[in-house]
Amino acid sequence: MVAIEGLGRLLAEHPFFTDMQPDTREIVVGCCANAHYRPGEFLFKEGGKADHFYLIRQGTVGVEVHVPGRPGVVVETIGEGDIIGWSWLVPPYTWSFDARAMDQVRAITIDGACLRTKLEANHELGYELYKRFIPIMGRRIAEARLRIVELTTEPSRD
Amino acid sequence: MDSNDNSNGTRHTVRRLDRNGLDALTAALQADGRMVIGPRVRDGAIVYDPLDGAGDLPWGLIDEQDGGRYRLVPGPDNAAFAHVVGPQSWKKYLYPARQTLWRGRRDGPRFSVEVPAEPTPRTAFIGVRACELAAMAVQDRVFGVRAHSGQSVGQQQYTDTGYAARRAAAFIVAVNCSRAGGTCFCASMGTGPKAESGYDIVLTELSDGGESVFVAEGGSEAGWALLDRLDAVPAGDGDIRAAERVVDATRAHMGRAMVPGVNRLLAENLEHPQWDAVASRCLSCANCTMVCPTCFCTTVEDTTDLTGEHVERWRRWDSCFTVDFSYIHGGSIRQGGASRYRQWMTHKLSHWHDQFGTSGCTGCGRCITWCPVGIDITEEARAIHDDCHRTDDAGTGRGG
Amino acid sequence: MDGALLPRPAPADDPMVPRTFRIERRVAEVDGCFTLTLKATDGRPFAFQPGQFNMLYVFGVGEVAISVSGDCRDLNTLTHTIREVGTVTRAMARLRPGDVIGVRGPFGRPWPIEEAYGNDILFVTGTVGLAPLRPLIFEVLNRREHFGKVVICYGSRGTHDILYEKQLHQWRGRFDLQVHVTVHSAPSGYRGRVGSVANLVKIARFDPEHTTAYVCRSETMTRPAVQALHDRGITSDRIYVTLERNMKCGVGFCGHCQMGPSFMCKDGPVYRYDTIEDIFTVREL
Repeated sequence: MVAIEGLGRLLAEHPFFTDMQPDTREIVVGCCANAHYRPGEFLFKEGGKADHFYLIRQGTVGVEVHVPGRPGVVVETIGEGDIIGWSWLVPPYTWSFDARAMDQVRAITIDGACLRTKLEANHELGYELYKRFIPIMGRRIAEARLRIVELTTEPSRD
Repeated sequence: MDSNDNSNGTRHTVRRLDRNGLDALTAALQADGRMVIGPRVRDGAIVYDPLDGAGDLPWGLIDEQDGGRYRLVPGPDNAAFAHVVGPQSWKKYLYPARQTLWRGRRDGPRFSVEVPAEPTPRTAFIGVRACELAAMAVQDRVFGVRAHSGQSVGQQQYTDTGYAARRAAAFIVAVNCSRAGGTCFCASMGTGPKAESGYDIVLTELSDGGESVFVAEGGSEAGWALLDRLDAVPAGDGDIRAAERVVDATRAHMGRAMVPGVNRLLAENLEHPQWDAVASRCLSCANCTMVCPTCFCTTVEDTTDLTGEHVERWRRWDSCFTVDFSYIHGGSIRQGGASRYRQWMTHKLSHWHDQFGTSGCTGCGRCITWCPVGIDITEEARAIHDDCHRTDDAGTGRGG
Repeated sequence: MDGALLPRPAPADDPMVPRTFRIERRVAEVDGCFTLTLKATDGRPFAFQPGQFNMLYVFGVGEVAISVSGDCRDLNTLTHTIREVGTVTRAMARLRPGDVIGVRGPFGRPWPIEEAYGNDILFVTGTVGLAPLRPLIFEVLNRREHFGKVVICYGSRGTHDILYEKQLHQWRGRFDLQVHVTVHSAPSGYRGRVGSVANLVKIARFDPEHTTAYVCRSETMTRPAVQALHDRGITSDRIYVTLERNMKCGVGFCGHCQMGPSFMCKDGPVYRYDTIEDIFTVREL
């Protein structure tokens, strides 16, 4: 078991939280835990209850889609310094994809169910968190759209 | 060479030719082994074809020209050069519409290539107008014959040797225009109506009240030498002053004018709504590019005989008005008529300056006359010009 | 051997007439791509600079503009990697060692190299865009001591569409080179990156103040690539891009490859981005 002070320091070091006011960040620390995933291990699965999000400290996580009868398809990888998971923010709080460790992954898991209650009570905290999530969501949507463009305009002979 | 002084310091004599003198001039050029080419009537238009003598010139005819309109009608005088320019230009001879680049022959897995060695015909062009001399000077830069100060890597790295040879083999008898056509705007382009350089001989036709006489001046040693051989009388001071008045009068009666500053104007208005407006009238027929004396775009064609053993690679005139012109795998860059018209007009009037240090337009007016729907390049430029100036006055300048 | 001493291509006697080259080797690359290794039938050397292209001719079929993708220090071998997209390239794909093709060139302005001396170097490319960039990568590695960090960011469709995969592995094995590869999708269990090339630019390590970037992508993907470089603080005057237009002559006589004031065949295909920034987003230019 890692001490709360240790988690607070890890949180402060992660790019996602680094510029947040310490007292605001302190509210989040209470919902945090350390986690380690071995290669191939799932962080979460499509359709599962989305009650967490993950700050990746080390290693790479693949966002995957399950394909019956074939290996899953990795559609994006998320690495050190990034975050994964926003379904905990949007009802019905269900994962849309699988997330799986591609190598040894160290992460901080943040209990979304715990945090949702705090956000309802503390809109200041909610605003601070949305300010951090929305640019990442926007960037990933834009990149996904560009990848569709790329696959359309730079075809290989399939 | 524009000087009247030859290398020995003796002064050349400006001559006065009558109709027989003009005949003697063409005969002398033929005797020199040249094919003499000049204006003559064919199919209701004045074209540039081989002449047997001065008698083949379109005596007594003038051309009425306006947007999309061309008619030959009798003129007030029995003049040889009272017409202006027709549907053809000298590029027909200097850069023919179809040229063989090379021939190839298959030999097992290999093939060999040979360039046809055809002698360059010695020619004399008679009746070359100031705007056409300007057009030759423009194409000289395009085909790497003449140095230029364009920014486009400074100079052409290569010279089109065929063009250079045909250009060098042409003796040029220019004519100062004694009349401006309805679509002429050379004065506003700074290219005419007076021939300033680039000729061997220049003629000015004086035709008031009776038979024409021609004031003839050399522009090169070869030109002066030929004039000296013609046994023509010297021109009087009165003739020379009359010749100047002819050009001045022509300059004062230009059918059209290009707005000033068109180079920057177009470069700054690549997304102006006028491009859509003109595209709604333009048929993309490519006439303007075919009649333009400076348009140089070409494509290549590969032909194979029935055995598949012999191939030829041809170069032929092409036009930026076709959709295929800008085709790259996947599709054409310039899909719309607006972008194709914009390409032609901005190239001609604006981007040409960047590429070759000169305008690509000489104000000859052919593109206006031969446009089937009468699109007028000077009016299109004016529309953008007037719109920009109106918006400026209103204080809401068009962005970018 | 210093770069300044590299043999410069001599202007051909007649740039419109091809020399004949014999196919020595044909290698199937990723699906739809192949590499031809050529020798001049007249035995004369062929000099080019990275970024230049040739007009390749298939007997009786036609001609097509293709960038050189070999090593500019090997004057006796001409290498082209070609993607089958049209009539001529499909005909070329059917040729075999011993067959002869026509070559005119080299044409076009090369990637500048000396201008980047002292800088970190960033290559941004995807799919077959690595082929025109490869001579430059070779040359930068030949002159490795003149540069700081050297980074390759490469993206392809899937794990089987990585062009020059062996070469990339070999480069990744060097201590003085960062090689980042990403694919659009991969089977579960793949250990590499999945995502956009822009993301690679985000994670690459270089000094934005002193980096020269070379982008070789389709025109559509060049725009977001340049945006990603701007986001990292690389200014337009240190970004080189390459563009593509219809080409018939290669020497500025035929007019087909114009984009605004420029003839892509002789003023391009490589451009410093700030010199075309104003017209790059004008549509159908």
